[in-house]
Amino acid sequence: MAHVVKHITVVPTYKDFVDIVLSKTQRKTPTVIHKHYKISRIRDFYMRKVKFTQQTFHDKLSLIISEFPIVANLHPFYATLMNVLYNTDHYKLALGGINKARQLIDDCAKDHVKLLKYGDSLYRCKCLKRAALGRMVTIMKGQAKNLLYLEEIRQHINRLPSIDPNTRTLLITGFPNVGKSSFINKISRADVEVQPYAFTTKSLYVGHTDYKYLRWQVIDTPGILDHAIEERNSIEMQAVAALIHIRAVVLYIVDISEQCGHTLEEQLALYKNIKPSFSNRPIVIVINKIDVVKPDELPEDKSKVIEEFQAEGEPVLEMSTLTEDGVMNVKTEACEKLLAYRVNQKMKTNKVVGVANRLHVAMPKKRDNKERPPCIPAKIMKKKNAMEVDEPTRKLEKDIEQELGDDYILDLRKTWQLANNDDRYDTIPEIWQGKNVADFIDPDIMKKLEDLEKEEEARDKAHYYSMSESEEDEETQEMRKTARKIREKRKLITLESGEKRRVEKSRMPRPTKRSRSVAQLEADLGSMGVEIPTDADSHYVRAKTRSSSRPPLKKARDQSEAGRSRSQSRTPRDQSGLRDKKMVTKVKKIAKKAQKERNHMAKKGEGDRVILNMKPKHLFSGKRKSGKTDRR
Amino acid sequence: MRVEKCFFCSAPIYPGHGINFVRNDSKFFRFCRSKCHKAFQKKRNPRKARWTKAFRKSAGKELTVDASLEFEKRRNEPVKYNKELWQNTVKAMQRIEEIKTRRQNHFIANRLKKGKELRKLADKVEVEKNIHLIKSPAAGLKQRKQMVEVVMERDVEQMEEN
Repeated sequence: MAHVVKHITVVPTYKDFVDIVLSKTQRKTPTVIHKHYKISRIRDFYMRKVKFTQQTFHDKLSLIISEFPIVANLHPFYATLMNVLYNTDHYKLALGGINKARQLIDDCAKDHVKLLKYGDSLYRCKCLKRAALGRMVTIMKGQAKNLLYLEEIRQHINRLPSIDPNTRTLLITGFPNVGKSSFINKISRADVEVQPYAFTTKSLYVGHTDYKYLRWQVIDTPGILDHAIEERNSIEMQAVAALIHIRAVVLYIVDISEQCGHTLEEQLALYKNIKPSFSNRPIVIVINKIDVVKPDELPEDKSKVIEEFQAEGEPVLEMSTLTEDGVMNVKTEACEKLLAYRVNQKMKTNKVVGVANRLHVAMPKKRDNKERPPCIPAKIMKKKNAMEVDEPTRKLEKDIEQELGDDYILDLRKTWQLANNDDRYDTIPEIWQGKNVADFIDPDIMKKLEDLEKEEEARDKAHYYSMSESEEDEETQEMRKTARKIREKRKLITLESGEKRRVEKSRMPRPTKRSRSVAQLEADLGSMGVEIPTDADSHYVRAKTRSSSRPPLKKARDQSEAGRSRSQSRTPRDQSGLRDKKMVTKVKKIAKKAQKERNHMAKKGEGDRVILNMKPKHLFSGKRKSGKTDRR
Repeated sequence: MRVEKCFFCSAPIYPGHGINFVRNDSKFFRFCRSKCHKAFQKKRNPRKARWTKAFRKSAGKELTVDASLEFEKRRNEPVKYNKELWQNTVKAMQRIEEIKTRRQNHFIANRLKKGKELRKLADKVEVEKNIHLIKSPAAGLKQRKQMVEVVMERDVEQMEEN
């Protein structure tokens, strides 16, 4: 039944139910309240608890009601089955009780919330809450039995076989112990228990089998006895429910050997009894256990019963589930019958007419009586024939090798087909000066080479190559030489200068010795082609003497003067470097003016950078509140 | 038997030399020596390594487009062996080689012409501007002066005579 009813959650017992709800309330609502809180807050606190409990109960009960199937909405087969198994009245009552309980709980909560609005102390509110929860639990207590019953049904429902009442189905029925379960085990993948006593099968079983690439459902029913429907027990009633409501081919199984404990007459009577409930459905009568008693060997009165079976107008088949004689035959027959029946049913509906109008099966007519055999070329035919007849094949390389043995040398060139077959064994050049001869091979190479030669000739005529070889004249050569000399000279000068200016130790401001000399100057200039006159009136000789000299700053000591000379005291620092009195006063004035600004800052002068108090107390004590780190 | 070309530097690889790398898409990479192989492994681009043929070709250092270069090619067309054709080919190869070398040389010489001209110009400028480094402008000044004096004296004498 799993495909009809989705998974049903567990229905807890009354005690568990209450525990679940109350603990959830405790967990999900606030727990701390004090009497000095505002009364509105206290009321809200307890109202919330009551409402939450009610909501939780409501949700849980709604879930139960929605998950259990409603009998009226089920397929009649399932409705009947539920009635047989669980008693629909009881089931409905149970669900109704739950529904009522839900309503009661809602009402109760509503009442108490209303009362809580007028609660005037924590104590009273608490009492009201207690009363509300207590009443809800009491209501649930009344449903304890219903909950238990529903839980039982839930467990049973989940285990019912998933029978689809609308698919192709084979329904097996008959007296108990006639071999119904053996048959389903033979033709389907089901594994039904088979025992040699009556009522081994106590409920419906489902197996599946394949026929014509379709899936077939095989239902095994418990055996039924031949008595009034009121007297039938619930096991038989399941079988009857299936027989009545499932649109299937019914396989009525008859035990010919009478080992089941029922005579053939009784079986015929049962068949006649239950036949009306099949109402137009295809029926196949199957005679089982023919390995025990053959139909031909039956005594006369028994064979008469068989004849009567055949007279019913339904196909009568024979089989033995033990030896598997005729089992597949029965299956095929039954399936075919059902297919035909279902197609027939469909044809009766209005839908088919619309589709059938549009169908057309084309059957091409034969054009003429001319033969049109497949065309096979003669060559292929010959080959085909050769394959059949052992014709001598040509001599293979392998054969030659075997013939010659060790003297055999593989010769690949002997089959070469050249213009001149004498060239077969030529030595072919492959490489010439690091180039592959094969890369140059081109049938048109001579023509192309000729073109190239022509081009070359044309270039020669146009003095294409000689143009580049312009020779240098003497002048340029001379110039180049001179330029080179100049560059060399410059390099030398640079090097020399670098050498001269290299700093190795601190320099004296004035060289003690002149590095330049007249001789050197003469040599340098001489190398550049300048002759220097060495006579006295040359101007560079004169240059040594000073043209005009200042009077000495100090009066030279005169040896003639008698006594020690008097030392002069230093000028005071504030006057040093100053020209005269006037300048001194001016400087002092400027200095005073410059100091003015600093006096405001209590500085002595520009050298005074003292910060007297690095950490003034008022900036570094107390709580930090307003202001910044450095200015608060 | 073939003389292959190095994938990196395009040098000829004679049978029995070099190393061969086959990538998993079955492409062959032949290298003439470990230098090329290593460069390949470092994913160097042969067009950017200055010492390869690929660089010289792509940078315009060598002759790339010419009829004489069209003869050597992998044609991938099977040609049946023919004695005459083979003999002609070997002869033609030699001639083609001559022409090719000549053209390549000419190409390079042509390419270097510009530099020559520039150098010539630079020489000229150098000589014009910096000749004083080796030859003073004052050279020979004194002799010229003396010569002028002598001439003047002579003129004076002539005038006196007249």
